Amino acid sequence: MTDSIPRPESIAVKADHLYKAFGRRPHEIVKKLKAGKSRAEISSLGVAAVIDASFEVKKGEIFVVMGLSGSGKSTLIRMLNGLWETTSGTVTVGGTDITGVSAKELRDVRRKSISMVFQHFALLPHRTVIDNVAYGLEIQGMGRTERLAKAQTIIDLVGLAGWADNLPSELSGGMQQRVGLGRALAADTDVLLMDEAFSALDPLIRREMQEQLIELQAALGKTIIFITHDLNEAMFLGDRIAVMRDGRIVQIGTPEEILTDPANDYVAQFVQDVDRARVLTAASVMEPVRSVITKTAGPRAALRTMRDLQTSVTFVLNRDRSFAGIVRDRDVLKMVKAGETDLRSIIRDDAKAVLPETALVDLVEPSVESELPIAVVDEKNRLLGVIPRVTLLAAIGNVTTNTGPLPVVMPPATISVSQITDILGDTADDALFNTEGARA
Amino acid sequence: MNDFRLPLGSVVESFVDYITDTLGFLFVFIRALFDGAYESVEFLLGAPPFWAIMLVLGVLAFGIRGWKFAVGTVVGLLVILGVDQWENAMDTLALVLVASVLAIAISVPLGILAAKSTLASNIIRPVLDFMQTMPAFVYLIPALILFRVGVVPGIVATIIFAMAPGVRLTELGIRSVDQEVVEAGQAFGASPWRILRQIQLPLATPTIMAGINQVIMLSLSMVVISGMVGAGGLGAQVVASLNRIDIALGFEAGLAVVILAIFLDRITASLGSADSMGFFGNIRRVLRSRRATDGLASGAGTTRAPQPVGEPARV
Repeated sequence: MTDSIPRPESIAVKADHLYKAFGRRPHEIVKKLKAGKSRAEISSLGVAAVIDASFEVKKGEIFVVMGLSGSGKSTLIRMLNGLWETTSGTVTVGGTDITGVSAKELRDVRRKSISMVFQHFALLPHRTVIDNVAYGLEIQGMGRTERLAKAQTIIDLVGLAGWADNLPSELSGGMQQRVGLGRALAADTDVLLMDEAFSALDPLIRREMQEQLIELQAALGKTIIFITHDLNEAMFLGDRIAVMRDGRIVQIGTPEEILTDPANDYVAQFVQDVDRARVLTAASVMEPVRSVITKTAGPRAALRTMRDLQTSVTFVLNRDRSFAGIVRDRDVLKMVKAGETDLRSIIRDDAKAVLPETALVDLVEPSVESELPIAVVDEKNRLLGVIPRVTLLAAIGNVTTNTGPLPVVMPPATISVSQITDILGDTADDALFNTEGARA
Repeated sequence: MNDFRLPLGSVVESFVDYITDTLGFLFVFIRALFDGAYESVEFLLGAPPFWAIMLVLGVLAFGIRGWKFAVGTVVGLLVILGVDQWENAMDTLALVLVASVLAIAISVPLGILAAKSTLASNIIRPVLDFMQTMPAFVYLIPALILFRVGVVPGIVATIIFAMAPGVRLTELGIRSVDQEVVEAGQAFGASPWRILRQIQLPLATPTIMAGINQVIMLSLSMVVISGMVGAGGLGAQVVASLNRIDIALGFEAGLAVVILAIFLDRITASLGSADSMGFFGNIRRVLRSRRATDGLASGAGTTRAPQPVGEPARV
């Protein structure tokens, strides 16, 4: 939804106004749908499985299509490799339009560009694991020794070493799906379609397979289109998610966009059960840093900042704006009283710093350990924002924090304002340090 | 009202007359072909001494089902020999083999066609119903006219009567192959022919073999009827005993049919079981396992120890 228009060569699969209707006269159904009739209104003519689905899948992306059973997601994925013909609309795979081409050309596209993993594995039961994995290569016409050698490397890759000569029926469900995945990987196509690939597996094995899929994807850079009815799976795997309902795509966006900005009540209702802590990242909940000074600013500026914002700590940056640590009001106060000017000796590094893509679930522990806000820094250690405990709780609990006029985001001041003012007034003139004062 | 009569019978009669006149050469050819096939199979079964045939069938029984069945086969064949029906039984076996092979050669491709095309299926199904339910004697009449007395009309009538389950079960077998596995073949770009050869036929084999088993059983049940048109063998013996009210001969010939039936049924049923990898595969496996377990109590050695399986493949 929020994508800028990508360059065409970076698009792996493109679906353009796809319709699929089942019935005696599917084209008439599509015509009525285009004229604005609803799915219920055409139910006497037949079933509209997919209605006006358009999306683009970028190369190397995991694109998840999520919806409950009957939402048309399985039909949609089968149109992407031409297993089912589209009633209307076009599908482009790697720049080739596959709608309306001959059966032979379609087979060619499937051999070279797009392979598939099935919900119930769909292995050939009379063939050994290695022959199953080599199946795509066999169809591509590769010689036996060559394809078996390649299949063996894939078997090792998906963690089935030692099982090559077993029949699928001798493997557990998770292992069978590894064979299914291996078969698709061996075919060495750019695009992988996965139709509820992990839905038939035990939860523990499913999690393991999801993690392995992400590793494999990172290593091999495949474009993956993944179908699931499990929102947590969608959120875990997807770079982007398309939510389907009654044949229509109701929202396309990143997991966070869908979670934080659902397009309608249906999506909102759907995502309310999601484990937000695993989906939301530090970047999506962090607050701007208000209480911050540079290292060279000195204790008086630090104290002034804390007084103005009424907090007990302030974040300290190095000269290159990288995150140095925090200082506490008590330490600063002592320093000011003692007349010292170098903050460095009292900078504490007990504030945790995390990367923006860290999941919230990983912030809980540091947040418990220390009352200090967690600093969010980028790869160059630049401070991007902070996550106080309250913000973390509010994000996990899906409570909006910006209802009150002044959210409390920092530990409150432990020293009264008047006391600080007195001390600032008692000691030397602080005009020198004013320039590096508080930044909002 | 009673004067009116649908001229169905005479229409069929004139149709048979017509094809007899115009396509006579074709029937002469078919007759020669079937006759030749029957004669050669009969020669193969009849020319060697009985013990040679017994040995071959015994080994076959052992290779496919194990030693118990082999013993049973030899005992059964000895009974046939003992009631002096050996030659008749071999004639009948030849007839059944030729008719079954031809029926299978026709019915399996038809079944594949029916599985691939709903239109073909819709046409073939009522024809099969007709062929299967029309009393078998009725086929004998045009078959007699077209092929004259002898073994050929018996074979033709047997084929028509027996092929229905072959077609039906082949169609059923292929249609009930897991659609997802077929889709997997398609999704990797396999051609329809390759999907048929590598996915549908192998997975449908148990069902197709059940159909073939039925074809053979029905062929055997047609033996007696074929005997009426001069096919010889055990069928002729039964017909003769019926004419002479000869209980002894009737029972002996009938028992011989039963023994053949049991033998053929068990053999083909075993070939259709899921573990089977085809007949020669079984023999090879037996030889291998006997070599491997030499000195051990190997038993029949035909069953493969299944390895422990994790969770079931399907939820």
